[in-house]
Amino acid sequence: MSGGGRIRRLLGGLSRPQGAARVVPPSGSTAHLTVLTAGAMAFLAVFALALSLASGRLADRWSEALARTATVRISAPEAQLEAQTRAVLAILDTTPGIETARALDAAEMRGALEPWFGPDLPIETLPLPQLVEIIESPERPFDAEGLRLRLAAEVPGAVLDDHTRWRRPLVEAAGRIRLLGLMALGLIGAAMAGLITLAAQAALAANGQVIRVLRLVGARDTFIARAFVRRFTSRGFVGALVGTACGMGAVAALPAADAAGGFLTGLGFAGLHWLWPLAIPPLAAIVAYIATRQAALRMLKGIR
Amino acid sequence: MIELESVAMSYGGGELLSDMTLRLLPGSFHFLTGPSGAGKTTFLKLCYGELMPSAGRLTLFGQDLRDMSRDDIAALRSRIGVVHQDCQFLDHLPLIENVALPLTVAGQAANTTELRELLGWVGLWSQRGALPPQLSGGERQRAALARAVIRAPEVILADEPTGNIDWEMSLRLLKLLVELNRMGKTIVIATHDLNLIRTTKAQVAARVLRIQNRRLHLAGADL
Ligand SMILES: Nc1ncnc2c1ncn2[C@@H]1O[C@H](COP(=O)(O)OP(=O)(O)OP(=O)(O)O)[C@@H](O)[C@H]1O
Ligand SMILES: [Mg+2]
Repeated sequence: MSGGGRIRRLLGGLSRPQGAARVVPPSGSTAHLTVLTAGAMAFLAVFALALSLASGRLADRWSEALARTATVRISAPEAQLEAQTRAVLAILDTTPGIETARALDAAEMRGALEPWFGPDLPIETLPLPQLVEIIESPERPFDAEGLRLRLAAEVPGAVLDDHTRWRRPLVEAAGRIRLLGLMALGLIGAAMAGLITLAAQAALAANGQVIRVLRLVGARDTFIARAFVRRFTSRGFVGALVGTACGMGAVAALPAADAAGGFLTGLGFAGLHWLWPLAIPPLAAIVAYIATRQAALRMLKGIR
Repeated sequence: MIELESVAMSYGGGELLSDMTLRLLPGSFHFLTGPSGAGKTTFLKLCYGELMPSAGRLTLFGQDLRDMSRDDIAALRSRIGVVHQDCQFLDHLPLIENVALPLTVAGQAANTTELRELLGWVGLWSQRGALPPQLSGGERQRAALARAVIRAPEVILADEPTGNIDWEMSLRLLKLLVELNRMGKTIVIATHDLNLIRTTKAQVAARVLRIQNRRLHLAGADL
């Protein structure tokens, strides 16, 4: 048997009623609508998932890259600058959580300022602040607030700039975007449950006479519900399968993230994250199952 | 089997049936007559739990209908076979699957030999693949009877089972019902057909119930 035939048979088995499910007549338009809805929702869910995972990665990267460095800026009259620098270094030496602290020399300062002021800046003659670069120890963070207080008390010209001021909003923004992505996922799931419920209710209403006959010959509610639930579950699954495949294809076709890549080119799945979207079709099937079952059992209450 | 104690029924307006008291004993054979619109179908619907009495007590196989769950009622319908006046088929399934439907919904497979015998017996084996809308009224009624008996119920309620069929076929169906009664089944047939009643009374001890002026009467021996 050919591979195509096998797949056709597999999908056919999922979407074509067999056995007991035959008691409900085929319903063309709601069937197609359900498959389409599930497909579209799965497609959107792939993007929402990509957004959440990418912003999660971004937040991790930003907080990791920026968390470990800080700077102390010492502004003082030239005569005191060296003494104050030494005092700052002494303090930093005894501060727990700091791996290295190093005063930048004139060449480094020039290097840092060159992009802004050009190579000819007479750096020696300018009243520039002295910069001390701090690298946090990876095991434990230093207490920035404590250090700031201590510097203020002992070296009035020294100011700690630990980057949290501008790092935090960025990390927060990334976290917020991740949250929005997760909310979008939840909303997509809820919308799908709603649409499938409506489609199931339409199918149930259209088959009122069928349900009546089934009750009259002694069918239990669970039997009747199952006939509908099977259909909608398999339609939800098949639709979501196609939608997920399309969504994953579309994400894969996005321009690759490079080192200089900003946020947009980072939208995608990395490594094992590619496995996440595979959960969408089974979840869609579960959503369809619950939505249809609830709708069916609720509707059956009215028919003795 | 079926016990009514001062049962009344109304569809929301005035009472259609009032103060009906009756015990249908196992193995009994009853006809139900009355003018059109008197409430014969309504009475039968009460007996298989499609309707709830608006007053009184209705006991089916020893269980009060009020205390029965939806699954209890589903189970009840395997013990009571019903020929509905309007037949009630699934129009998208061929006749043979409609007749086997009570087995299908119970998760049982139909025995092909038995199915063939049953359909042959109501004269429908050659029509087994036809969809219900393609059948004549009489064919549908015969199919409905076949479906009513397929799960070997203890009680058979038939609502005008001979309404659309010729006398010869009526007698054939009657013969089946009489045979089933001799096997110990309880039979109730709603009908207008006095000839049918007379013919039956010659064969079994059938009694006649009559609905008149909202009451259920046991008709005299004049029938
Ligand atoms: N679902 C319903 N809602 C309201 N009224 C109903 C309903 N079903 C039946 N009726 C009314 O109840 C009365 C009795 O109906 P029923 O079908 O029991 O009569 P019947 O004796 O079987 O008549 P026939 O011999 O014509 O079959 C009729 O007047 C009918 O209009
Ligand atoms: Mg009637």
